[in-house]
Amino acid sequence: MSDTKTEAHRKGVQGTVAPEVLRQIYVTAVRSRVLDERIWVLNRQGRAPFWISGMGHEVFQSAVGAAVDPSRDWVVPYYRDLAMTLAFGMSPKDHFLSALAKADDPNSGGRQMPAHFGSHAHNIVSTGSPVATQMLHATGVALAMKLRHTDALSVTSLGEGSTSGGDFHEALNFAATHKLPVLFLVENNGYAISVPLDKQMPTSHVSDRALAYGIPGVSVDGGDAVACYEAARTAVERARKGEGPTLIEGMVARLTSHSSDDDERRYRPADEIETVHQSDCLVRLERYLLLQGVLTEDDLKSIRDAAVKEIDVDMEAAEQAPLPEPETALRYVYAEEA
Amino acid sequence: MAVKTLVEAIREGMRQEMENDDRVFILGEDVGAKGGVFGATEGLHAQFGDDRVMDSPLAESCIVGVCIGAALYGLRPIAEIQFQDFILPAVDQIISEAAKMRYRSNNDWGVPLVIRAPFGGGVHGALYHSQSFEAMFCSVPGLKVVVPSNPYDAKGMLISALRDPDPVLFFEHKKGYRSLKGDVPDESYTVPISTANVVQEGRDLTIFTYGIMVSQCQEVAAAVQQERSVSIEIVDLRSLRPLDRDTIVASARKTGKVLIVQEANLAVSISSEVSAIISESCFEYLDAPVKRLGGPEIPAMPFSPPLEHFYLVTPEKIRTAIEELVAY
Repeated sequence: MSDTKTEAHRKGVQGTVAPEVLRQIYVTAVRSRVLDERIWVLNRQGRAPFWISGMGHEVFQSAVGAAVDPSRDWVVPYYRDLAMTLAFGMSPKDHFLSALAKADDPNSGGRQMPAHFGSHAHNIVSTGSPVATQMLHATGVALAMKLRHTDALSVTSLGEGSTSGGDFHEALNFAATHKLPVLFLVENNGYAISVPLDKQMPTSHVSDRALAYGIPGVSVDGGDAVACYEAARTAVERARKGEGPTLIEGMVARLTSHSSDDDERRYRPADEIETVHQSDCLVRLERYLLLQGVLTEDDLKSIRDAAVKEIDVDMEAAEQAPLPEPETALRYVYAEEA
Repeated sequence: MAVKTLVEAIREGMRQEMENDDRVFILGEDVGAKGGVFGATEGLHAQFGDDRVMDSPLAESCIVGVCIGAALYGLRPIAEIQFQDFILPAVDQIISEAAKMRYRSNNDWGVPLVIRAPFGGGVHGALYHSQSFEAMFCSVPGLKVVVPSNPYDAKGMLISALRDPDPVLFFEHKKGYRSLKGDVPDESYTVPISTANVVQEGRDLTIFTYGIMVSQCQEVAAAVQQERSVSIEIVDLRSLRPLDRDTIVASARKTGKVLIVQEANLAVSISSEVSAIISESCFEYLDAPVKRLGGPEIPAMPFSPPLEHFYLVTPEKIRTAIEELVAY
């Protein structure tokens, strides 16, 4: 990516991220990738009816996840945030339970489609299918954090296509007006299902719009873990100091079709599909870690092996778990008497 | 105990619950220094300050969406929508988000949120300051919808709504803000938000109604009962979702004749639902077809006085309907 803001931003920050943080980012991204690939397999085997992937977004999400504090901060995610939910402490098993629509699925008890994340225990707010509504929830969470005099912050994310609707503007406007502690993440992969960026908006960067709200807006290369982490850390410091929200746009690549029901070959040029895989964010991160001497080939292998092992165990456990009883469909429309 | 108007009772309910619970705050257009366009929040900004009585940007989805987020974090927001007519930009937040949060998370999350909005016409508000949208929300499981008909209920039901763990739409008839008066206890109290109220017992005919139509039906019924030997029961539905099915069925079975009165137009409305309940559960008890009064099938209330008057359910229309039912 040849984004000038990113290049400028990166100057002088290379090498400033601690090795253990880089390792943490990598571990989260790998776990997400292996899990994601496995759920695709379940889908293609006919065992999981639907999947919507985060592949190509993992490094950006994992880097932001490493810059916040999941013990006090909250995230209001969107459907590609698999890696973000792992950074906030959800397990692969939690996602297998959802993909297989099991009763114990902590996201929704098998009520929602997979990738509609949520877990109160992990500070991950439940999300539905309408896009950008969650921006306002994160803003409200941040308002409450401010009114309760905490130093916590909220993180929310969406795709670039979702920035075309009204809630995106209303959330930025309110959060900026009241200087609320929010990180607005735009994961710009260039496609809203089949509609490319140039039919979605007249500019190439959503972050340009931050100017209109009087807040910082940065675009970062979503395959550059250091740039992503530093941008997030800067935004976190600003939020904790009470200076308000930041708009961070991760320029990422969608490595799969929109969902398991979509076929991107109908609208995406073949050479482009080839190219995005060549610049896979995970491969780039591995190359960087080796080059910087943060991890060795053996380290990478053992991290990947551990992820595969974890996913094997979690998938097995989820497959053994029971489906919901039909009549439980009637429960929890409203709070039930204790 | 003192006589208060509907808007005074609502304001007192908010004030007392804000004093009682520091998680309660208000977000809406002009609710701050101005005290709201109808004065519902008058004096509250001075008492509670910027953090708890917040002027919002002119953006209804923002008002409701931000309140949902704050509720998820543990606060007890009151979202004021200036006119119910302008709630439509917030409907995605209300129906897709607030109403489904508990269900879709399998009880992991809930949205304790009260959305207050003035509705109804007869105040020369024309098409976009007179509408009655309650039925739209009553078709959505996950929401509660209430319409108080008097100051006592308004205060008690508002405090109940603010203590409810789920989203409550609290619709206030704007013409009733100052015209509806009644005794209101000074202390804090609650009125349950899932029950109807039999405001007047009778034997020959039941009127099911809600909101400002309750007092209008009471006046007409009193006049009719003075003139002729007829005993009219009046049920204030007041909780439109959930409807108090038991009270509806018991009253319809008792009197055998039913008139349903509302200001909103009739198609797919509260009266449709009440009528369906009665046809399902009271068929053998009825002595006449269910009769309904409501607005005509036009998009909204026109401005010119003769046109507006034509829209409204007037005392004359209620009287005629009662007499036709009695004679059936």
